[in-house]
Amino acid sequence: MEHASFIIASYVLTFGSIAAYAAWVVRRGRGLARRASREEMPWT
Amino acid sequence: MTPTGAHATTGTPATRRLGLVVCVLLVLLVLSGLWWSAEDVVQGSTVRIMYVHVPSIWVAYMAFALTAVCSGAYLSRGTRSVAWDRVAGASAEIGVLFVAVSLVTGSLWGRLTWGTYWVWDARLTSTAFLFITYVGYLAVRRLGGTLRQRARRSAVLALLAVLEIPLVHFSVELWRSLHQEASVANPNAKVEMDGLMLFTLMLGLATFTALFVWLVLHRQRVILLEDTVADRGLDEAIASRRDEAGAR
Repeated sequence: MEHASFIIASYVLTFGSIAAYAAWVVRRGRGLARRASREEMPWT
Repeated sequence: MTPTGAHATTGTPATRRLGLVVCVLLVLLVLSGLWWSAEDVVQGSTVRIMYVHVPSIWVAYMAFALTAVCSGAYLSRGTRSVAWDRVAGASAEIGVLFVAVSLVTGSLWGRLTWGTYWVWDARLTSTAFLFITYVGYLAVRRLGGTLRQRARRSAVLALLAVLEIPLVHFSVELWRSLHQEASVANPNAKVEMDGLMLFTLMLGLATFTALFVWLVLHRQRVILLEDTVADRGLDEAIASRRDEAGAR
């Protein structure tokens, strides 16, 4: 594949940044959920 | 009562199933984008960047449009619930992430096709302006005040900021631009693309849309928890000051 470094870099940057953000959201959610009651979490 | 184990999360069985679907779609997108789809006659293999670049800006447009819809719903008399504001905030934050991804991947693609990472072209400049506007929106959300004050001022800003989206999308037709016109969502409704390339692009749009829904569901729940914990902290601080005042 020609220009493989640019193409792979664009995929790595895309999926890497989205995965990092998703991991941060899930981790932060877990941390805060431990400090909340069931009544404060309508989705449970 | 503090929940433990399975309850201490922002996930539900539905979001877990959606997350699984997103993972499968992402694997298919990478396989189709990097291996299965053909190279373009003009652009060669660099066209493979399109399968992440176009869905990224699509999600950013959708996120900012959802932010505006939720902001409008909050400002309407009948539906003034802070829940709208939480969805608006979550959606805008995710939109900022995706517009940043779109700018970076577009820059890499530009280096290969135009020979430069950046030009002050109408499409690129307006997209950068869109990014800065929504970073400003997120900064405004972090200003002090009550939840209702936050919701009102950010809703007004969101309704103004969304007007930039048509400007960004049609910038390639309004001004002379290095950036190509829309391949699919163009005014002529003329799609000139190989079947597997079009399939991969559509797969990218579907995957990123499902990913966006998953992220919004989680992020707006995290914002609810942030608001709840902050409110409780404030209540405890007020009670503590009252106790101190009573003891004197």
